[in-house]
Amino acid sequence: MEMVLEAELEKKKKLSQSRLADKHIGRRNKKNIFFKGLIVVATVISTLPLLFILFYIFKQGVGALNWHFLTHLPNPVGEPGGGVSNALVGSIMILLVSCVIAIPIGIIIGIYLSEEKRSRLGYYCRLAVDVLQGIPSIVIGIIIYEWVVRPMGGFSALSGSVALSLMMLPSIVKATEETLKLLPESLKEASLALGVPYYKTIMKVIVPTGLSGIFTGVILSIARVIGETAPLLFTAFGNPFMSTNILKPMSSLPLIIFNYATSPYNDWHQLAWGASMVLILMILILNIISKIVQRKWKVQF
Amino acid sequence: MESPILKATNFNAFFGKNHILKNINLEVHKNNVWAIMGPSGCGKTTFIRCVNRMHELVPNASVEGSLQLKGEEIYDMNPVVLRRKVGMVFQRPNPFPTMSIYDNVIAGYILNGVKLSKMEKDDIVETSLKQAALWMEVRSTLHKKGTFLSGGQQQRLCIARALAMNPEILLLDEATSALDPISTSMIEELIQQLKSEYTILMVTHNMQQAARVSDKTAFFYLGELIEAANTKTIFTNPKHEKTQEYITGHFG
Repeated sequence: MEMVLEAELEKKKKLSQSRLADKHIGRRNKKNIFFKGLIVVATVISTLPLLFILFYIFKQGVGALNWHFLTHLPNPVGEPGGGVSNALVGSIMILLVSCVIAIPIGIIIGIYLSEEKRSRLGYYCRLAVDVLQGIPSIVIGIIIYEWVVRPMGGFSALSGSVALSLMMLPSIVKATEETLKLLPESLKEASLALGVPYYKTIMKVIVPTGLSGIFTGVILSIARVIGETAPLLFTAFGNPFMSTNILKPMSSLPLIIFNYATSPYNDWHQLAWGASMVLILMILILNIISKIVQRKWKVQF
Repeated sequence: MESPILKATNFNAFFGKNHILKNINLEVHKNNVWAIMGPSGCGKTTFIRCVNRMHELVPNASVEGSLQLKGEEIYDMNPVVLRRKVGMVFQRPNPFPTMSIYDNVIAGYILNGVKLSKMEKDDIVETSLKQAALWMEVRSTLHKKGTFLSGGQQQRLCIARALAMNPEILLLDEATSALDPISTSMIEELIQQLKSEYTILMVTHNMQQAARVSDKTAFFYLGELIEAANTKTIFTNPKHEKTQEYITGHFG
């Protein structure tokens, strides 16, 4: 037995020595360098479009952007100047209302899905959320038109908020579920073993521990819908005047970009570029906030 | 003789159809340290998780028979009330990562919404940390996060958290298995000091530890309680063949 093993070892050693001895190591190194270079070039090329877009919008929009632009209503055609204050206020209000609708519902569904991993209802709920995520925004706009705008008898900011909250829901649910799923079971057990009731364990231990992940998900979902135009066309509709009544039509940044950019007037084109830049800046700021929250609120185990 | 603080009579536990604990009969008296020993999968952890009803958190888990805490049927009690009387320390230290050391100690009060004055809180925190032999090391950093402590310190913090509730029984589920020898010996010393006030049930894989620390030892094998007696008797003169084989290292 020992002898056989030794002979086999010798054979294997010889074989590996003969096959693994590499006479072409120089050529292989060159190939290696070539592929590394290729990857770097591909990475740079893939980020270029984003940089060009940002650069172009800044170039076009920065001229329009000033305090007057942010605090005044749009001027009628023919008068230069004017601003987008109504759209800015409208966008923020519509988003706030959709947050009020989507955040509690989304977090509650997320908690349910992370707690009831194997339940039947959970399975269908997860499926429904995935499908909802895939529904085109224009379709959501039409549905909300049928469900909210028509019964309410007219366009309103509220219906726009409902449409946007439907679009925010999936990412909030997913972020909450994934964050809470990653928390160790021992955390829950620690709380339950102290005689803390289940609902208090969820509200006071599990959710606070996962808060940074949930919050990040919420912010990114806002950043996702802030530029949505299609669902607002049939719902919030737009309004050339300042309006803060959520039961009346309201303007928003993507809406005026759409309306002004498709108009034949140069002044309005300028407003659209400015509004685009404001929108991009808002998204940028939201992304930065989410990064900061991720780092600052990070919970260490 | 005074009545036992914990009494199991024909107690059975199941996971679905798996019969985990078979007809356990055991009496635990006040101020005793019990070591629960046995090879992996013998049901020792399940047993102590039945005492504070953590067992039932697993889907399909069920129990039969009687398990009494001070004459009261554990499975008729409200689990929330029961768990305040039965403290538990887990295999891995699990302080609450969002809370400071101070808040971790009184977490049982905070999370249950019990109102305490600043003085009462300070008292509970100091006494519990002293009981857990952690006070000297953390008294200047009470408001730092508990997760900045070392593993051994975190485990003592978890013991302090359990002691803060003033439990009748303290359950230790292999509480030293994730710790280095120095932290382990500190916790063993701690157990010795704590037995004047508390009744302790500790699951352990470490036979030397059982011999060093416990007054009584229960030996579980394949879900049955093979032998339960004074630790000395178990280690020097076991009645059952299986116990003999296990403590001499023939299996397990």
